[in-house]
Amino acid sequence: MTYAVGQRVRVSARSHEGHHRTPGYVKGQAGTISRVHAAYPNPETRAYGATGLPEQQLYLIALASDTKNHVYVDVFGHWLEEAK
Amino acid sequence: MTGHDHDHDHEPITNGGEPLAAARVRALAGVLVEKGVLTREDLRRRMDWLVSRSPSDGARLVARAWVDPEFKQRLLADAREAALELDLDPGPSPVVVALENTEDVHHMVVCTLCSCYPKALLGPPPDWYKSLPYRSRAVSDPRGVLREFGVELGDDVDVRVVDSTADIRYLVIPCRPAGSEAMPEGELAPLVTRDSMIGVGQPVVASGPSPGR
Amino acid sequence: MNGGMERAVHDRGGWPTGEPIDRAEHDLADWEVLMDSIVGTLGANGTMNTDELRRGIEGMPPAEYEHASYYERWLFSVEKVLTEKGVLAPGELDA
Repeated sequence: MTYAVGQRVRVSARSHEGHHRTPGYVKGQAGTISRVHAAYPNPETRAYGATGLPEQQLYLIALASDTKNHVYVDVFGHWLEEAK
Repeated sequence: MTGHDHDHDHEPITNGGEPLAAARVRALAGVLVEKGVLTREDLRRRMDWLVSRSPSDGARLVARAWVDPEFKQRLLADAREAALELDLDPGPSPVVVALENTEDVHHMVVCTLCSCYPKALLGPPPDWYKSLPYRSRAVSDPRGVLREFGVELGDDVDVRVVDSTADIRYLVIPCRPAGSEAMPEGELAPLVTRDSMIGVGQPVVASGPSPGR
Repeated sequence: MNGGMERAVHDRGGWPTGEPIDRAEHDLADWEVLMDSIVGTLGANGTMNTDELRRGIEGMPPAEYEHASYYERWLFSVEKVLTEKGVLAPGELDA
């Protein structure tokens, strides 16, 4: 599943044992795709000596906010779901 | 969750004011050289590179962007390539993304998980950037953090905190200071502070063109 | 901000704290520049990558993580990971 700029998504709230780069404050949050980055080696496996292949799509997500403060965070595609 | 969240060194001081870790790091280097894992030359080259990094490189990108709108578009499209255009070293990170501040939008960069930072263009990150309070409060209280750094933004300004969790490094292009319109590029670069390229400061206020220029 | 989920000690975004940010800065000590360069060289020659460095840091006991300085965390991680990989013998640096 790939996503496009402007698409509404939700970050998975799943727990993950071991190294991963999805911060706790982001999990379960709704947001919008702000940028589509390239694909990069998966840190979750590369952290344990594997190659990190296949590369995973990386996105900049604008977390939903009803204030004038917004948090944008880079999240890998395999942590995203389409938002209903 | 503990309340003792700061990164001061609590180890007993030895060896003329250095922490115990210092000797251990030197021992590590020695062992790795002995084992042929790396060479002294490798280390020397990398140390020379690190100490040569400074925010003046990032400031040159910003100053050029301020005077040259087409360069600014190239910088926004691909900051690595834009850096190479100015014979600057963008570093080993695969991608650097430049974030443009405007009257209505102010960007601020953090790495909540560790310390990711465009060090090739800004030099090593300051201690506070790597600190636990900055990493926690940048995303939960950005305006409070900005206020601590002396930046007050209007209620109508959108604050965008960018958490660089992965392979991308972010560099903020601050707004060109009012009063600097007649200043040439060479006089603009010194106005661009490191903190303004992280997003916790503004460029130095311009005092106008130098006499005689 | 984290919905009650358990957090690893390095995962600080939104971590409740009343602590002001200490803006004092220090120039990197020689040993810190050396530590940074060891990691950079190990990354460049394929011995140990950035993700392994981070993973090693994240495995520090939480109290140690919070009290260690930045490059002390790097030292911990490099020792741990290189020992795992057999590049260092256990306790080799203690000798």
